[in-house]
Amino acid sequence: MPFAGLLNDTRVRAFVLQLLAFAGVVAFVAWIVSNTGANLDRLGMGIDFGFLDDRAGFNIVQTPIPYTNDSTYFRAFLVGLVNTLIVSALGIVLATIVGFAIGIGRLSSNWLLARLCTVYVETIRNVPLLLQVVFWFEAVLVLLPRPQAAITLPFGANINNRGLYLPAPAAEPALWAVAIALLLAIVATVVLARWARRRQAATGKPFPIWTVGAALILLGPLVVFLLAGSPVRWEVPVFQRLNFTGGIVIIPELAALLVALSLYTAAFIAEVVRAGVLAVPRGQLEAAGAIGLPPGLTMRKVVIPQALRVITPPLTNQYLNLIKNSSLAVAIGYPDLVGVFKNTVLNQTGRAIEVIGITMAVYLFISLVTALAMNLFNARVALRER
Amino acid sequence: MAGEDATFLRPAPIPPRAPPRGVRGPIPWLRRNLFSSPANTVTTILVLLFLAWTIPPLIRWAFIDAAWTGEDRSVCLDGGACWAFIGAKINLILYGQYPPAERWRVVVVAVLFIAGVVPLAIPKVPGKRWNVVYLLIAFPVIAFMLLTGIGVGLRHVPTDRWGGLFVTLVTAVFGIVISLPLGILLALGRRSRLPVVRWLSAGFIELWRGVPLVAVLFMASVMLPIFLPPGVTFDKLLRAMLCIAIFYSAYMAEVVRGGLQAIPKGQYEGSMALGLSFLQRMRLVIMPQALTVVIPGIVNTFIALFKDTSLIMVIGLFDLLGMLKSATNDSDWASPSVPATAYVFAGLIFWIFCFGLSRYSIFIERRLERGRQRR
Repeated sequence: MPFAGLLNDTRVRAFVLQLLAFAGVVAFVAWIVSNTGANLDRLGMGIDFGFLDDRAGFNIVQTPIPYTNDSTYFRAFLVGLVNTLIVSALGIVLATIVGFAIGIGRLSSNWLLARLCTVYVETIRNVPLLLQVVFWFEAVLVLLPRPQAAITLPFGANINNRGLYLPAPAAEPALWAVAIALLLAIVATVVLARWARRRQAATGKPFPIWTVGAALILLGPLVVFLLAGSPVRWEVPVFQRLNFTGGIVIIPELAALLVALSLYTAAFIAEVVRAGVLAVPRGQLEAAGAIGLPPGLTMRKVVIPQALRVITPPLTNQYLNLIKNSSLAVAIGYPDLVGVFKNTVLNQTGRAIEVIGITMAVYLFISLVTALAMNLFNARVALRER
Repeated sequence: MAGEDATFLRPAPIPPRAPPRGVRGPIPWLRRNLFSSPANTVTTILVLLFLAWTIPPLIRWAFIDAAWTGEDRSVCLDGGACWAFIGAKINLILYGQYPPAERWRVVVVAVLFIAGVVPLAIPKVPGKRWNVVYLLIAFPVIAFMLLTGIGVGLRHVPTDRWGGLFVTLVTAVFGIVISLPLGILLALGRRSRLPVVRWLSAGFIELWRGVPLVAVLFMASVMLPIFLPPGVTFDKLLRAMLCIAIFYSAYMAEVVRGGLQAIPKGQYEGSMALGLSFLQRMRLVIMPQALTVVIPGIVNTFIALFKDTSLIMVIGLFDLLGMLKSATNDSDWASPSVPATAYVFAGLIFWIFCFGLSRYSIFIERRLERGRQRR
């Protein structure tokens, strides 16, 4: 029975099964491609990225790089991308700070603080992010006064329903001296750190590298800055006719998205941090106490290095989630990649395949790069086994 | 004489001594948990100040200044929550534009669903297998026929009339029912010995996990008509539901893979040695263990899916959030406190469902842990 023999041969079965699976996928893709071709023919369109050089003709509310409605679609794409990166980067920083604070707060011996942090986490985690974004934008920020009645803040800043207006620093020529001082201080700190490590390895004498390094990096440039006569001019926002001009503006869309994203992700980061700290075995703390380490040192030298190992991988996931969640901007009109490119450009040009292909590729690329960077960091903190 | 037989037998146990002073009771508790050190005391005072600063305005907004009844915006102008608005829109929030005369069908489906889920959720109730068959096969068919009116001789209700909490729940249940089996298949594919199957599964999973759901939903609404043969159209709601289901099956696959990796190799080898076929091994040995290990992860994915059903608002469908958002545009109810009220109400509903699910997952986790400790 050669046929039954073939049927029962696992190698043959594996080969046939894989061939079938592969053929199925290829057939499916071919079917989609042929449908797409037929549809595009019917619409009289081909796949063509040439539209990227055409005039966009629409305005964008937040343009971190120069952009007017005469710019090209490619320029609009870049604006959207930079806007996504801005909100993601700020969001990651804020969410990390708040998340670590809340996570450690939940472990506090103070009953009230621990409960408060628990309530925060359980409330924020169980409400959809989109709802929070819309809530901040439509229910909270609308309560701000009009520009005429703006709330004045220190240093010439003010806040109104058009955004948060901050004074913008403008460099003057002498600033390069400060930059050089900063560079020198960093180099000096690195050299000093090397020397300190070598000396400690050789003689066992520690050197307060953190304090000295921080002093060098902060005070050095500051002294040069003052000697050069404060070479920074602050451009304060001025009220003209209907609105403020000048300075840095944080538009309400950005503020709402940023607050919602950071507070939401912070709740998840808090749980990650708590789990990481709890994962450090009790024996480690007891041993640290037994050799007489004070609480601060125990935290820095025993708990945090071990907790970081547990925290890093899930923290990476949270950062990636934050970047992907920043696409919820489209619900409140913040001009991020999806909002600018997929919404406006797609509606204007109808180039669905090109636009969606580019957007998906960008998100995949950002995800991969972030994952790579965090994996490198993870490799640094991971357990080095002999 | 009295000294010789001085045996003493105590007829009752000694009453317990009072605990040392300063250990039990509210004041020592306070001292231990709130005022154990100067830093602790400062923290306590700061937290109390924070609560005193936030809680009273919240209570005033939600209860004291709130408008509970009223016909239009005039009752909602003094700054408190506008619960009257919720009362006026409650049918819209629950059913969307579903025809009023047909709303009983939604209620019947909800009752049928609860009748299937509650016995499944209580561990002591027997007959789980039939329960699952009912929920996965019988219930979806009945629900589809009742809700659309196709095949049972009722009036046809197209999905663009569906909306509100009802659509949120339909989308979530659909997503959960599809994404779990699909996720299990993908996880098995990713751990398969066959390289082609493994690469295809891994590629599929990573592709979906790398892009935001908003982008996927846009793709479904824009690209699907291009991908399908000319003339073939798809219901918009069904498209969104399928999108969410497939998107979350990728996340589910990673959770299940974690469970599969947690099963010791001996279990695979032992079941092979018994001569079980692949399907038998999976059904009888591997899956029961792997899935119970990752129940918390599965429930967390369900919660994430439930929350993300709100994203269908972005492509113009009216789920609970979308319905409330569009209701706030009603000029009869234009008042500064209406949006806040609407979103707080929506948040409360989402919170009840998600918090309930997460508590349930903790309950199941504890139960399983108890079982494992006994062994």
